[in-house]
Amino acid sequence: MNRRILAVAGSVALACLALQTQAQTRDLNVVSWGGAYQDGQKEVYFKPFNAAGTKLTDEAWDGGLGVLRTKIKGGNNTWDVVQVEADELEVGCDEGLYEKLDVTKIGGAARYLPGTVHACGVGAIIYNLVIAYDGDKLKTAPNGWADFFDTKKIPGKRSLRNGAKWNLEVALIADGVSSKDVYKVLRTPDGIERAFKKLDTIKPDLVFWKSGAQPPQMLAAGDVVMTSAYNGRITSANEKDKKNFKMVWKDTPYTMDSWVIMKGTPQKANAEKLVEFMGRPDNQAKLPKYVRYGVTAAAAAPLIDKSLVSDLPTAPDNLKVAFAEDVKFWIDNGDKLAERWTKWSGTK
Amino acid sequence: MLTRQRAALLLPLALFLLVFFVAPLVWLLSLAVREAEVPRALPRTLSALQGWHPGQVLPGAVFADFARDLSEARAASTLADAARRLNYEVNGVRSTLMRAAREVSSAPADTVFGPEFFAAVDPTLASPTFFAAVQRAHGPVSEYYLLAALDLARNVQGPIEHVSQDNRIYIDVLLRTLGISASVMMVCLLLGFPVALLLTQVPEKISDWLMILVLLPFWTSLLVRTAAWVVVLQREGMVNSLLMRIGVITEPLTLIYNRTGVLIAMTHVLLPFMILPLYGVLKGIPPHYMRAAASLGARPVTAFFRVYLPIAAPGVVAGSLMVFILAMGYYITPALVGGGADQMLSYFVYTYTTETGNWGLASALGLLMLVTTVALYALAHRLSGGRTVAMG
Repeated sequence: MNRRILAVAGSVALACLALQTQAQTRDLNVVSWGGAYQDGQKEVYFKPFNAAGTKLTDEAWDGGLGVLRTKIKGGNNTWDVVQVEADELEVGCDEGLYEKLDVTKIGGAARYLPGTVHACGVGAIIYNLVIAYDGDKLKTAPNGWADFFDTKKIPGKRSLRNGAKWNLEVALIADGVSSKDVYKVLRTPDGIERAFKKLDTIKPDLVFWKSGAQPPQMLAAGDVVMTSAYNGRITSANEKDKKNFKMVWKDTPYTMDSWVIMKGTPQKANAEKLVEFMGRPDNQAKLPKYVRYGVTAAAAAPLIDKSLVSDLPTAPDNLKVAFAEDVKFWIDNGDKLAERWTKWSGTK
Repeated sequence: MLTRQRAALLLPLALFLLVFFVAPLVWLLSLAVREAEVPRALPRTLSALQGWHPGQVLPGAVFADFARDLSEARAASTLADAARRLNYEVNGVRSTLMRAAREVSSAPADTVFGPEFFAAVDPTLASPTFFAAVQRAHGPVSEYYLLAALDLARNVQGPIEHVSQDNRIYIDVLLRTLGISASVMMVCLLLGFPVALLLTQVPEKISDWLMILVLLPFWTSLLVRTAAWVVVLQREGMVNSLLMRIGVITEPLTLIYNRTGVLIAMTHVLLPFMILPLYGVLKGIPPHYMRAAASLGARPVTAFFRVYLPIAAPGVVAGSLMVFILAMGYYITPALVGGGADQMLSYFVYTYTTETGNWGLASALGLLMLVTTVALYALAHRLSGGRTVAMG
């Protein structure tokens, strides 16, 4: 009998051994947002960097500070360089999830556009949340958020991102607030009420999207006549699926994703090398060919193919009419407004 | 009898369950009541607040301790967690606290940290409301997240009250989750019972093939099946174009991004879980029972309800419970084919876990779901006489 128990104990021990994590050295691991965008990054950044001698693997994620916190506090982090959104950059930096950035190791602050270098990260791309519609289907073209909210002028379903962020801003703009004053108004309780009241006016015609791939799909399927969408997704749909989707840039919010280096990575030196490599103007200038997002190296602009420039968030004509997301506002008010949004979107 | 040797054979499984299931579960659920962030970041402030009650004047010594806590917590990277926790109760205090910590750290050495200093950063930081929130989070445990999961909160004075109308969500979401699960269960039963019955009636060769058809969706990934429903149900999708071509409708129906889409997609995914337990029980009902009932003069309908159905009841209960409990935990299907009013409880657990990182609330909502499910299971167990509820 004892032998049987021994055998059982032995198998338990074996199972434990098998579960032990392998603490061997691994390749540099970079994490981005997947899809056509990451395919472009692969061609422009990852493959050439690999070819230059540093082994590199890449993964995709869907964002979320909770994910990063688990990685760092769980103690089994396998990510080195990660592309994060603006609020993840700010809050994660405060929480100590990222390495502090030594800007001299990534080409110096002067290489990048003003405002794109942060204590914990450096800008990767700049993108807009534009109004998109199908030029072949929609007879009356919208000319801004006021038209987006005008169901008489343009009847039919329209879609917005599921969440308060950016929707409250554009609702106020549709209600006549100028994009310069949007956050000033939103910081007052009356401003929040006003935004929700404006959203109420199109509620019966509103559907929501969650992932960035959905808006072009909804347009193509005819589920909606107009939608908010990330600008790069719309041009990709036009190129890949031969669509005639159009974009409105006026009064649309833009924001920036950044590269960060995860705290305590054994690959820190390689991670810095990669971030430096991805920050070179000549490398960045190749990205818009794959996806139309703005890049952050100051000297990249003149190197970008002229035919692509008008589709970029950083094109002067587009930048001039757009407005920057106020990250601080969302860090402070995001929790409460998320609840409010859930309540609002969940009641008829 | 469970002899010692037999018990030893169970040991590996018991150990496995304990280490990889019970322990993490208990740990995660404990997050619903733990308060670690504020005591870790603001220990001196908390001890200075001892004996203070909201409504009284704040003790003057609090501010100097508060300043020391802020600069040390900032250096130790523990302040951000506490700021996030306090921001749940005092909206807007998150970046204010971080800013105050920066200003404290860079203030000249002879600065007096009194209420004036913090009021200059932001009036909130000198207010009783803020310090009452700090005090409530003194730890090691509090009922904050559990109350939040029930749309309740303590006010500044202490009594529990409802949160504002605009932020009351989770009770609605719980009722909605129960409603959707019950509807899916009913539809599955109505669709699944005839199929299970048919499977027992046809020759084995045919029933084998039919069984494969039942199991087929079972072998496809949930995500793929859900995405396929998007294609089928969308405005210019297969269903609408077919119905319009044969002239049943002139305007496309809205079948997706609403409750209809959720019910269709979830029923499809969960149908096998109804059919299989049902089939298992129905197969064991000898056909001569119905013949005996007929020979005693029962009409087919009477025989079905008085003879067949009571014997089939264990299968009905098992299948229904299985579908209901599985449906309770759904989030990806409603997230992809539902609208804002169709999101279920686990969607919020997911959001709070991965996106905002509010693990306390995620865990409290998980607990709410667990308690509800166990209560319903116990109820079903009782109603069915305590003998028939066997899963699978």
